[in-house]
Amino acid sequence: MNALRRNVLKGATGAGAVAVAVAAGLITPTRVLAAPRAAFDAKNLADAMKGMGLPAATDSKDIVIKAPDIAENGAVVPVEVTSSIAGTSAIAILAEKNNTPLVADFELSGGAQGYVSTRIKMGATALVRAIVTAGGKTYQATKEVKVTIGGCGG
Amino acid sequence: MAEPMKIRATMAGDTADIKVLMNHPMETGQRKDAKTGQLVPAHYITEVTATVNGAAVLKAGMGGGVSKNPYLGFKVKGAKAGDKVAVSWVDNTGDKRTDETTVG
Repeated sequence: MNALRRNVLKGATGAGAVAVAVAAGLITPTRVLAAPRAAFDAKNLADAMKGMGLPAATDSKDIVIKAPDIAENGAVVPVEVTSSIAGTSAIAILAEKNNTPLVADFELSGGAQGYVSTRIKMGATALVRAIVTAGGKTYQATKEVKVTIGGCGG
Repeated sequence: MAEPMKIRATMAGDTADIKVLMNHPMETGQRKDAKTGQLVPAHYITEVTATVNGAAVLKAGMGGGVSKNPYLGFKVKGAKAGDKVAVSWVDNTGDKRTDETTVG
């Protein structure tokens, strides 16, 4: 195990090596990603959705996205997702027009409620989409956020 | 190198309200340096895990689309005052950090 560990540390300078090590389960904390890493690199919404490997989502009124209608600064857009669907096990947040639309995904377990709150960057006015997995089914909701200054470019 | 996180966990009824503020530049790799015109290399948190008394409650994957110095809020039902909350992250360069607090 120790020799293996050395190799991992040596190889850890490149992000690729880290990804491989994570895939092999060598780095702690280990996890099985709800969304595979590739989904985060997807350049458009369709690819990101496909990358997550989720079945087609149905719209749900039980998901509430709390985000500003107009964000003055696209670099910091507070987003809060509350899902009152029973058995919510994962929540993903996507900003549709970002260069890489998938922003974050959250896997909930051990008493964690269907709620996450974070801050995201948005390159342009776009829909923020929340995708919720509950009991093997996929639900979604969207909310438009108008961005006056983008937060993704230079 | 990694700066410590700020974690706050408070009870609201039977649910612990946990708020985490991580210290991280979260560079997407798409931004250009204003002076040199060179792309700033990507440097962002890819994974965050949170445990309450050692049991996993949240596993998050992140991309470069999360804001600088990421904030994360979540709620855990059934937690009690005095429970130990640990949060750790790993970034795309392999850097990592773990911090702990107790539910107050």
